[in-house]
Amino acid sequence: MELTQNAPHESLFKRLSWFDLLFTVFLFGGAAYAFTLYGQYMDAYEKGILFSAAAGFSWFGWAWKPVRPLMIAVASLSLFAISLYHGDLTRADQAFFLKYLFASQSAVMWMSTLFVLATVTYWISLAARSAFVAKVGTALTWSAVLMGLTGMMVRWYESYLISPDVGHIPVSNLYEVFILFSIITALMYLYYERLYGNRQLGAFVLPVISAAVGFLLWYTFDRQAHEIQPLVPALKSYWMKIHVPANFIGYGAFALAAMVGIAYLLAARGILASRLPTLRVMDDLMYKVIAVGFGFFTIATILGAMWAAEAWGGYWSWDPKETWALIVWLNYAAWLHIRLVKGLRGPMLAWWAVGGLFVTLFAFLGVNMFLSGLHSYGTL
Amino acid sequence: MSKSAPTFAKSVYELLSSMRFAISLLTVLAIASIIGTVLKQNEPYQNYIIQFGQYWFNVFEWLGLYDVYRTHWFVVILAFLVLSTSTCIYRNGPRMLREMRSYREQASENSLRHFQHYAEFSSRNMPLDALSGYLTGQGYRHKQRALNNGGATLLAAKTGSANRLGYILTHSAIVIICLGALLDSNISLKIQQAFGFKHIETRDIPQSQVPAASRLSPSNLSFRGSVTIPEGSNADVVFLNVADGYFVQELPFVIALKKFYIEHYSTGQPKSFASDLAILDKSTGKTVLERTITVNHPLTYDGIAIYQASFGDGGTKLKMHGWNLLDPSGKSFEVDGAVHDNTKLGSDNQQYTVEFTDFRPFNIENTGDASAPQQDARSVMGGNAAADKKNLHNVGPSFQYKVRNAQGQAREYSNYMLPLLFEQRWYMLSGVRSAPNEPFRYIRFPLDAQRSLDGFMRLRGVMLDPARHAEIAQQFATSALPGEAVQSGMRAKLADSTQKILALFAGGGYPALSDFIEKTIPEIERDKAAQTYLKILELSTYEAYHIAQRQAGAPEPETDEASGWFIRDSLNSLNDIFFYGAPVYLQLASYDQINASGVQLTRSPGKNIVYAGSALLVLGVFAMFYIRERRLWLVVKPGQVLLAMSSNRKTLDFETEFERHKQQISKIVKE
Repeated sequence: MELTQNAPHESLFKRLSWFDLLFTVFLFGGAAYAFTLYGQYMDAYEKGILFSAAAGFSWFGWAWKPVRPLMIAVASLSLFAISLYHGDLTRADQAFFLKYLFASQSAVMWMSTLFVLATVTYWISLAARSAFVAKVGTALTWSAVLMGLTGMMVRWYESYLISPDVGHIPVSNLYEVFILFSIITALMYLYYERLYGNRQLGAFVLPVISAAVGFLLWYTFDRQAHEIQPLVPALKSYWMKIHVPANFIGYGAFALAAMVGIAYLLAARGILASRLPTLRVMDDLMYKVIAVGFGFFTIATILGAMWAAEAWGGYWSWDPKETWALIVWLNYAAWLHIRLVKGLRGPMLAWWAVGGLFVTLFAFLGVNMFLSGLHSYGTL
Repeated sequence: MSKSAPTFAKSVYELLSSMRFAISLLTVLAIASIIGTVLKQNEPYQNYIIQFGQYWFNVFEWLGLYDVYRTHWFVVILAFLVLSTSTCIYRNGPRMLREMRSYREQASENSLRHFQHYAEFSSRNMPLDALSGYLTGQGYRHKQRALNNGGATLLAAKTGSANRLGYILTHSAIVIICLGALLDSNISLKIQQAFGFKHIETRDIPQSQVPAASRLSPSNLSFRGSVTIPEGSNADVVFLNVADGYFVQELPFVIALKKFYIEHYSTGQPKSFASDLAILDKSTGKTVLERTITVNHPLTYDGIAIYQASFGDGGTKLKMHGWNLLDPSGKSFEVDGAVHDNTKLGSDNQQYTVEFTDFRPFNIENTGDASAPQQDARSVMGGNAAADKKNLHNVGPSFQYKVRNAQGQAREYSNYMLPLLFEQRWYMLSGVRSAPNEPFRYIRFPLDAQRSLDGFMRLRGVMLDPARHAEIAQQFATSALPGEAVQSGMRAKLADSTQKILALFAGGGYPALSDFIEKTIPEIERDKAAQTYLKILELSTYEAYHIAQRQAGAPEPETDEASGWFIRDSLNSLNDIFFYGAPVYLQLASYDQINASGVQLTRSPGKNIVYAGSALLVLGVFAMFYIRERRLWLVVKPGQVLLAMSSNRKTLDFETEFERHKQQISKIVKE
C-alpha cells in the first residue's frame, strides 16, 4: 500500500504555491467585497466570523489542496445561480438553470442523486476490483459535494429573498443539517481517501451518507421540510454559525469511524478482506477520524455551552441535548483512553466505534424525537 | 503505627489514580445522566405521582431521580471524578514534565539496538555535523553526548514534546471545569438545608410572607432563579425552584418591567421576545439603568445576568358579556375580570367562582390548544414546516377561565373573542374540558343574520322555558295545518305532541328525545318516528325563533336556507349546552392587555473559571491528538551510524517517518 501521508518536513508556508496565495487573495477579496456590501448589517461578531472564515478556509485550502478548486467552483456556481434570480424567488421555477440545476432544492436533489450513484459505483468497483470505477465513484462524490454546497449557498441567498428578516445561514433545522452532515462526512472521507490513496472504503462510507439522503428525501416529500422557515428567537444568534458546523464535523467523523469499523469487522472475519485495506490501515484511520471528531465535538460542546450561557441563562442546565452531548463525549473519551493508554487495538475498538454511532445518532436525532427539552429541533 | 496503614493508603491511592476506576466513574456518570434525560426533571411532584403511583413516587423521590444532577450521590460521583483526575495528574504529571524535558541521552548503545525501529548504516567518515543539521531541519531538537567507547557520539533528539503537555492540560481542565461548576452549584444551600438553617417553602403564599428560613440573602454567592413581572410592576426577588417548593432569593436591586412585546414575521411566527427593563436602586428607588433584553441578548448588572426566559399574561383586564344559559330572558349581563383574578357569579341556587387564567391576543392556529399559561421564549422548537403552514391563520384573541362550583369542582373554558367561519357560517366558539391534560371540546354558538349572538340567545331563552312551549306548539300547529278545512282536533293533537317534544328537548336535548322514542315506540317504527320528531322539532324551533324575535322587536327570520341552517345549528348548540357544564357563557367584549415577562437571573462566579478550563481542554485535546511525540537516536561511530526511533503513539505515520529517516540518513552517511 502506498502511503502518502508522511508529513513533509518543510513548514506549511514554505510549500505554498502561487495558486495558494491567489486563493487566499480571492477569499479575502470576497470577504472584503461582502463586507463593503453588507457590513452595515453585521454586528461585531459577524464581522469577526466573516474574516475568520476567510482565514480559516485559506488555511484549509493550503493544507488540503483540492479544497481550492472546490471552493472556487462552489463560489462560481452559487454566484451564477444568484445572478439568475434578479431578486425574485419565483424565478426558481422559471429560469432553466435554476429550475433544473441550481435552485437550492434542485441542487440538493442533484446532490442526493449523485451520492446514491456514488454509493452504487463504489460497490461496483469493490465487486469488480476496478480502480477505474472507483475513480468514477470519487468523481461522483466530489460532484455531490459541489452540488450540495452550491445548494446550501443558494438556499442561504433564497432565505433573504423571502424577506430580509427571514434570511439566515441554512443550518437551522433538521433538514438543513442533514445536508450539512452529508457534505461534511463526504469531505472527510475524500480527505482520507486521498491521504491513504485507497478508494475501497467508499463502499462502506457512502451508504451512511445515502441513508442521510434517504431521510432527507422522506423529510422533503412527506413533510415539506425543505421550505425555508424563519428563525425562532432562540436561534437568532451568531453562535449558530459556529456551533452547528463544529458539531457536524464531530458527527460526520463519528459516522465515518463507525463505517470504517464495520469494514474492519468484516475484514477481520475474512469477508471482503482481500478487497479492503489492511486491518492496520483501517485501525489507524478509525483512530485518526475519531481523534478529529473528538476535537471538534469538544469545541462544539464548549461553544454550545457558551451559547447556552447567553440564551438559556446558564452554560450548563442538564438539558437532554446537553446531557447527551456529554454522554457522546464521554464515550469517545473512553475510547481514546483505552486505545492510547491501554494500547488496545482490534475488533473490540471497532465494535465500540460502531456502537458509538448509535450513541451519536441518539444524541443527534433520538433526543429530538423521544425526550423533551429546549433543544428539540422540531419533531419528526 | 501499624504496617497495614500505609499499604491501605497506597492501595487507595493506586485505585484512585487508576484508569480502571476513572472509566468506571465515567460509566456510572453516563448512566445516571441518561436517567436524568429520560425522566423529565423538576416537574411538579403531583405529575410524578400521577405517572408512577404513590409507591414508586416515594422510591424515586428517595433516590433523588426528580433532580438527578443535584442529588448527593451524583455530586459525590463528580467529586470522586475530580479526586481521581487530580491524583492521576499528581501521579503522572511530574513524570510527564520530566520526560518532556528529557532527551533520554543516557540511552546506551546496547539498549538502542533492541528497539523495534532500529537501523545500521556503514559510513566512510563521521558525518556528525551533517546529521545534526539534518535533525534540526526535520524539526528535531537534540543533545549531543560523547560515549565512552571509542570516540562514539550519541545524538539524542526529540520533537512534539508538547504532546505530553496535552495530557496535563486536558486532565487539569477537567478538574478546573468541575471546580468552576461547583462554585456555581447550590452546594452551600444544600449544606444549609442539611443542617436545618434553610427550609424549602412549599406553600403558595405571597412572597412577602415567606419566612426568613426560606429566604436567601442578596450576598448569596451563586444562584439561578426566575420571576414573572407584569408590565408596570417590579420585583426585588427571584424564586429558586427546588424539589416540590421554592426559595426566595432577594436581589441587591429592583427590576421593573416597563413593557413586554413580541415582534412577528410577516408569516405570523414570532420573531423576537423583548422586555424593556429598568434597574432601580433598592434604597433610593431611582432608576440606574434602562435596557431592553431579548432572547440571546441578556443584560448583566452588578454581576447578575438578566435573561428573557418566558412570557405570559400579567393580569389583562377583561370586559365580558355574561350569558346565563338557563335564563329565559335571553339577555346578557356585564362581567369585569382580570387574568389571575377571581370573580363570583351567583345564580339563585348556586354560587360559582370564575377564575381567569389566561389571555392571548392572537392565536396563530386553527383551533389551537392554548393550554400552557407560561410560554418558554428560549425554546428552539422550529416546528414542523407542514404543520406550521396549516396553522398560519390568526383567529384573534382568546381567554381562558375556570368555573368552580360550591363543591370545589372546576371545568376549564377557552373562549374566542371573534366569531369563526366554518362552512360559510359564523360561530362563537367556547372550548370546555374537565382536566388539564384533556383537549378542549368546542361548542359552537351560531350567529344570527345580524352577525350577533342575540338571536341564538333569544331563541335559547324561549326554547328552554317550559312556560313558552304551549305558545310555540300552537303557532307551529297553525302554520303546519293552515286553513279551515283541517279539523281543529288534528291541530290540537299536533300542538300537543309538539309541546311534548319541546319539553323533552328542553329537559335533556337529543338524548332525552331518543330515550323517549326507545321507550314508547316499537322498534320497527323508530326510524320513521325519529325523523318525524326531528322535523317537528326543527319547524317548531323556527316558529320559536319568530316568537323570540318578535318579542324583542328584532327582525323576523327570512324563509331561506340560511335560516334553516341557523335553526339546525341552534338546536345542536342547545343540545350541547346540556354538556357544557357551566350555567354561564362569557363572551369577551373588550380587553386591556397587560403582559408579563418571565426573567431569569443568574449569578455565576464560576463561569469564567469554566471557560478557562474549557480553553485548556481544547488546547490539550489538540496537543494530544495532533502533536506526535517522536524520539530519535543516532550513534555516530567511526565507520558506522546507528539509528533508533521511538514514539508513545505507534501509528502508521510513525512507521513511514521511520522509513523516510532511514532513507535520508543512508544518503547522508554515504556522502
